Amino acid sequence: MAQEQVEEYLEAIYDLESRNGSAKTTAIAKCLKVAPASVTEVLKSLSDKGFVQYEPYQGATLTEEGKKIADTIKRKHRLLEVFLTDVVKLNQEKVHDEACRMEHTISEETEDALCRMLDAPAHCPHGSPISPCNKGVGSCAECDSAGKTDMPVAIRDKKIIPITDLNPEQKSRIAFIRGDCKVVQRLSDLGLTLGTNVSILKKTPMGGPVEILVRRTKLAIDHAIAENIFIESPGPGET
Amino acid sequence: MSGCGECKGCSTGGESKIKNADYTIALAGNANVGKSVIFNQLTGVDQIIGNWPGKTVERAEGLLLHKGKRIRVIDLPGIYSFSTYSMEELVSRDFIALEHPDAVINVIDASALERNLFFTIQLLELAPPLMIAVNQIDLAEKKGITIDNAKLSTLLGVPVVPTVAIRGKGIPALTDAITGLMQDHPVPPVLRYGKEVEERIGKIISLLDTVTTPYPVRWTAIKLLERDPAIVQLINGQAPGIAETAGSLAGEIESIHGEPVCVVMSAERYQIADRIAAEVITMRSPGEGPQKKSLNDKLDAVALHPVLGYLAIIAVIGGLLLWTFLIGAQVSAFLTSFLSQFEQYEPVVSGPLMDILWNGAFTGFIAGVTLVIPYVLPFYILLAVIEDSGYLTRISVMLDRGMHKLGLHGKAIIPLILGYGCNVPAIYSCRIMETPKQKTLAAFLVTLVPCTARTVVILGLVAAFVNIWWALALYAFDILLIIVAGRVAFKVMPGESVGLIMEMADYHIPSLSVVLKQTWARTKSLIWIVFPAYIIGSAVLQGFYAAGLLNPVNDLLAPVTVLWLGLPAIIGITLIFGIIRKELTILTLAVIFHTTNFATVLSPVQLIVLALVSMLYIPCISVILVLASEFGWKKALAISATEIVMAIAIGGIAFRVLGLWM
Repeated sequence: MAQEQVEEYLEAIYDLESRNGSAKTTAIAKCLKVAPASVTEVLKSLSDKGFVQYEPYQGATLTEEGKKIADTIKRKHRLLEVFLTDVVKLNQEKVHDEACRMEHTISEETEDALCRMLDAPAHCPHGSPISPCNKGVGSCAECDSAGKTDMPVAIRDKKIIPITDLNPEQKSRIAFIRGDCKVVQRLSDLGLTLGTNVSILKKTPMGGPVEILVRRTKLAIDHAIAENIFIESPGPGET
Repeated sequence: MSGCGECKGCSTGGESKIKNADYTIALAGNANVGKSVIFNQLTGVDQIIGNWPGKTVERAEGLLLHKGKRIRVIDLPGIYSFSTYSMEELVSRDFIALEHPDAVINVIDASALERNLFFTIQLLELAPPLMIAVNQIDLAEKKGITIDNAKLSTLLGVPVVPTVAIRGKGIPALTDAITGLMQDHPVPPVLRYGKEVEERIGKIISLLDTVTTPYPVRWTAIKLLERDPAIVQLINGQAPGIAETAGSLAGEIESIHGEPVCVVMSAERYQIADRIAAEVITMRSPGEGPQKKSLNDKLDAVALHPVLGYLAIIAVIGGLLLWTFLIGAQVSAFLTSFLSQFEQYEPVVSGPLMDILWNGAFTGFIAGVTLVIPYVLPFYILLAVIEDSGYLTRISVMLDRGMHKLGLHGKAIIPLILGYGCNVPAIYSCRIMETPKQKTLAAFLVTLVPCTARTVVILGLVAAFVNIWWALALYAFDILLIIVAGRVAFKVMPGESVGLIMEMADYHIPSLSVVLKQTWARTKSLIWIVFPAYIIGSAVLQGFYAAGLLNPVNDLLAPVTVLWLGLPAIIGITLIFGIIRKELTILTLAVIFHTTNFATVLSPVQLIVLALVSMLYIPCISVILVLASEFGWKKALAISATEIVMAIAIGGIAFRVLGLWM
């Protein structure tokens, strides 16, 4: 099975799963415009490779491994959308389809270069969040300087999520802050340095500020800034 | 968020107003640590609140008499760091480094020791004679935090005094320690960073032999390493190579740590702060202490609740306005009738020029008194209570999302609420916003907020002679207009905006001295700016009146007032008067029509249109002056012109639309 096909399937399952909880065979077929029978076949093969969990008649869900690949593809897709919209100024209607084709072919190196050139955008032109890369860097400035000196950057081994995804009373450590130097400086002056334990106290509705606790200090932080503060994903049992 | 500083204009030139002081000491520390309370405890009533020379940053100073010595106390702005994030930070570090105070008292919050020590470490680098007041130890105890003050003193090498400033506890010990500090001059040990950083600081220090700066050498080296723009510029003026070398050393650190050097330094400082805090703090284990929800959490559960929170805001702000205007109207009526024994508002058109001018000046004074004392003062006292309790930060959080629509963030709600009292202190309070764009934008929107004077006009014209609902509709329309104008201005204005990053201090019982000081700071700007403008402006207008310039003015304005707005020609002059004082619109009208029953001379539509135009057409002269002093004449005039055009356009449309069914 071609890599591109694998990626297309994982992406479709990712979308359906986040919308409906799981991806039904018929839904996948409709989404990818293929026959349901061939979907079943592909799902079996994806399941053998360990990318999805597949129960006949129940539909498929992504495994950790599958989610990782889908995440990367989504990131490439949305970065490309920003690039095609902001730099190439392509017609809005064509952006999605074009990105759909390009996402499978660009290398990781190109993905990084795109991210740097576009100043690490947080959202695609349609408003969906662009997840941060999985590099072992603490900030975009670091990635920038690494890009200039061709310094090899290690890959982060833990999954990271925006602090806004944390549930109240959960705790984790800051892994990465995306944003311009002034904001990063301000946050670190207030105690949000890398590796610091933080927890969420309150989220306000409709994308209002989040209240976080760091070093015994309570801070209210704008939602858009908080979305760019990434933390190590706490395991399911941890609080 | 307290002490953000709205007053200005009293201390000019920068030289101290407190004469013959034997010593000068400064209070430094984060915001919300009780620094202002300690300042008030030390200095009592003898306070001067002004501006730092040439800067729009508040400077408070007072006099402490101790053992026969006169000690000048400067309250520095509440800041978290000595980077160049804000003007407050620059002003504070230059004061400590350049004016060499005899002692600096670092007030720190016992409940958040790490964050406060982060700033202490930076203070120590500036190497003033330093001591520490660990404040709010009672609140920390409640949270199970006990601090070993003796150990903290040993570790930092400076005197440490525990205080509960709000109850005056520890203040005598503090004053004794200050005198002790000024005699002993203890030299604290240098707090060392990690090896990579420390090596490079050493290298830079060795280069700095050839230059002379007013700053300590080690501090200069650290700032060069942090690529601090002001210091880099200073050194470049003397020896261009050094900053470059420092820059490449900084680059090395960046490639080791993989972060901007200033962030590395913050992390390093926090490491030191964490280490010290861990050594001096004893936490009561969770088992022993009470684990039930604290009162603070319970209050926040309501204040930040998605539904109850908004109801609470409406109740509090609505209550504040209602209280002010219900009480205010009574007191104002009483004061007016009391003062009218001395003089009647009646333009004097004959007699010697001096009498005419005096008459004008006196009525201006009365107008100021009958507005400020009954309305503005109670409003600001109650607002200061709400502010000092910590509730205002919750309002900021709840309304942050909505304020984004205006291109601002939650904190901007403070100037906007203040604006309902008087626009002048409200515009000063726009300093709490971060970027120049956000400051200007907030100030522009403040000028659209109906202050007490405009409320008098709206109530006096519309609520009294049409009905209360139309008056409320005007307020609702005003809020809508602020939203629309905010959105448009946000798109049009150049510059950057940053999002909300704000400390959420715990609630506490408001301190009387802080409330009074805050109220005074705000009301004072009225006395210095609004009163003179009222008095001089009224005298000038009186002169105009006497010189017979009224009819030509009315005729000149007739195309706008009569044809477009559908008002009597005589309104032209009242609108001109309104520039001086908005409530003059109504007073002049009464004089011109020889009646206070406006319903007999103006139709309901005319009353509404007149109130609407008065509400919007131009900030009054005091506001224009303040805008000019904060943002320059260009912006002040641009805002005024925009509002004249807007008010005339809206007034004309309102005249036509309302005419359809009224």
